[in-house]
Amino acid sequence: MTSSWWPVVAVVAVVVATVVIGTFGVRVSRTTSDFLVASRSVSPFLNASAIGGEYLSAASFLGIAGLVLTYGVDMLWFPVGYTVGYLVLLVLVAAPLRRSGAYTLPDFAEMRLGSRRLRRVSSVLVVLIGWLYLLPQLQGAGITLHALTGAPQWVGAFVVAVVVGVTVAAGGMRSITVVQAFQYWLKLVAIALPAVLLVAAWYHRGAPVFASGDWGTPLSGFGGREYPLYATYSIVLATFLGTMGLPHVLVRFYTNPDGRAARRTTLSVLGLLSVFYLFPPIFGALGRVYTPELAGTSAADTVVLVLPGRVFGGWLGEALSALVAAGAFAAFLSTASGLSVSVAGVLSQDVLTHDRRLGDGVRRFRIATTIAIAVPFVLALGAARADLAETVTLAFAVAASTFCPLLVLGIWWPRLTVRGATAALLVGGSSALAAVVLVLTLGPFHGFVGALLEQPAAWTVPLAFGTAVLVSLRTHDRVPRTTPAAMVRLHTPEELEASR
Amino acid sequence: MSTPDRPAKRVTVVHPRTAAARTAAKRGVRRDVREQTELGVTMLTSLRRTQLRLAVLVVLGVAVVVIGIPLVFLAFPAVREGRVGGLAVGWFILGVAVFPAICGAGWAYVRHAERNEAAFVDLVERS
Repeated sequence: MTSSWWPVVAVVAVVVATVVIGTFGVRVSRTTSDFLVASRSVSPFLNASAIGGEYLSAASFLGIAGLVLTYGVDMLWFPVGYTVGYLVLLVLVAAPLRRSGAYTLPDFAEMRLGSRRLRRVSSVLVVLIGWLYLLPQLQGAGITLHALTGAPQWVGAFVVAVVVGVTVAAGGMRSITVVQAFQYWLKLVAIALPAVLLVAAWYHRGAPVFASGDWGTPLSGFGGREYPLYATYSIVLATFLGTMGLPHVLVRFYTNPDGRAARRTTLSVLGLLSVFYLFPPIFGALGRVYTPELAGTSAADTVVLVLPGRVFGGWLGEALSALVAAGAFAAFLSTASGLSVSVAGVLSQDVLTHDRRLGDGVRRFRIATTIAIAVPFVLALGAARADLAETVTLAFAVAASTFCPLLVLGIWWPRLTVRGATAALLVGGSSALAAVVLVLTLGPFHGFVGALLEQPAAWTVPLAFGTAVLVSLRTHDRVPRTTPAAMVRLHTPEELEASR
Repeated sequence: MSTPDRPAKRVTVVHPRTAAARTAAKRGVRRDVREQTELGVTMLTSLRRTQLRLAVLVVLGVAVVVIGIPLVFLAFPAVREGRVGGLAVGWFILGVAVFPAICGAGWAYVRHAERNEAAFVDLVERS
């Protein structure tokens, strides 16, 4: 626990700035045409910074260091997976997805297969994945504020929930690309500067080596992780294939003017993520030297926050603590608001549409926002505390078992049918979600069955793909008649479209 | 890479080599693609297959490396304990070396994908 008030000031500054920009800043409308207008003036690099700003969440900023501290080198697969997920997205999805003109995942499902029912199933899954991803953001805020001030865990979660709820309902944040882009650079500086200074200090003090045992050895199962090989492959599969199915990732692609720009933006994202992910593991490693008592405890995720104050005394330690605290809150707020917008958008468009009492579009959107953020807040109070990066990876696993087959087969396989896609969403989604619910309520589990539940992707993803292909082949006489037209739209280069 | 060549040959044979006919044909093939006539869909299918082949190549390359790294660690315990420039091998590979490789793969993919599309556009414009 830090006794200084500097980090608290930094957190308050980030929160106030977010509220002010979100509420009173540039008047932003939520219509899709505004996204298009904005997109023409946004360069791929700026757009990529915005995507990075929204993507780097509590799991990246705090969670990776905590896992590395406790379990060692095998945990580096998490940042690798979060980055390669974008490579897979680039290669399989980016340009055709932009050309589909879909703004959300349910939009894509309807555009490609023309089924309202499939759209509704997709909507429910977007909401569930969004909530699952919001949960660790709120938990991260809770442990951060607890580490800084000793406040109870729910306070931090409450602060983030209220700030995000207010700004999103006011219509801010979302399309302010510049703000999101700024969040990326803030997070990068907040993690890189302390990391470089920490390494310099460690080197200057004679580079003390720690008695690590198997900590630095791959596949050693250090820290009591069972079945490290299975877990590694399952993490890899979930993160590689799950990124494309995350609700807030897809929405950002709409800001690209065309498919070509979507590719170039994604390539820039790869570079930005690669730079960022060099730094969090450093905190995990130096935590082994300077804060070994955190390893294996529920406070492991706070190592990024605690380490600068522990290594440096005086004003430098306080300033760096303030910097990482500000970066952490930027991570919670940007990711949580991106997710809330996606979840609220789907709720107000596809779920709350039947009730006329909810009023017009804006009012319905505000009610949807309240629901979108209140549910994960309640879950955050009740859920068993898992490591942040682990919980986030569960969301990746569900996305990989549902939207990955829908997107990949939808874009590349003309024989996909409505029934095949729906069956894949239901089978993959229910099996992955069942594992997630068991882990979050009754976990942690042990033994091989435990490993299957804790890291479900390795069996749920093939299950979902297999279901989609088998059911589609069995219903091959029901391939939608619009399929050839949809495929042409997905794959035609813009040069041919523009010069009609 | 034989697929994109095939329609090119077919198209050149069909259309007579006069300037007037070429302009007319240019409008025609463009419309074929846009209005999804049989010819247009066939041409786009060939582009889609080319792009899919490229994508599968990249994904397979990533998969081989990613599946391979843990297997090498498993099969050769000596590698696990090795060091590269003061860093343990696992740290060097997963913490540093993979990232330039990921970016390089992405860069190569974008280059090839854009080249495939440019070739396709060229084909449609020329015929």
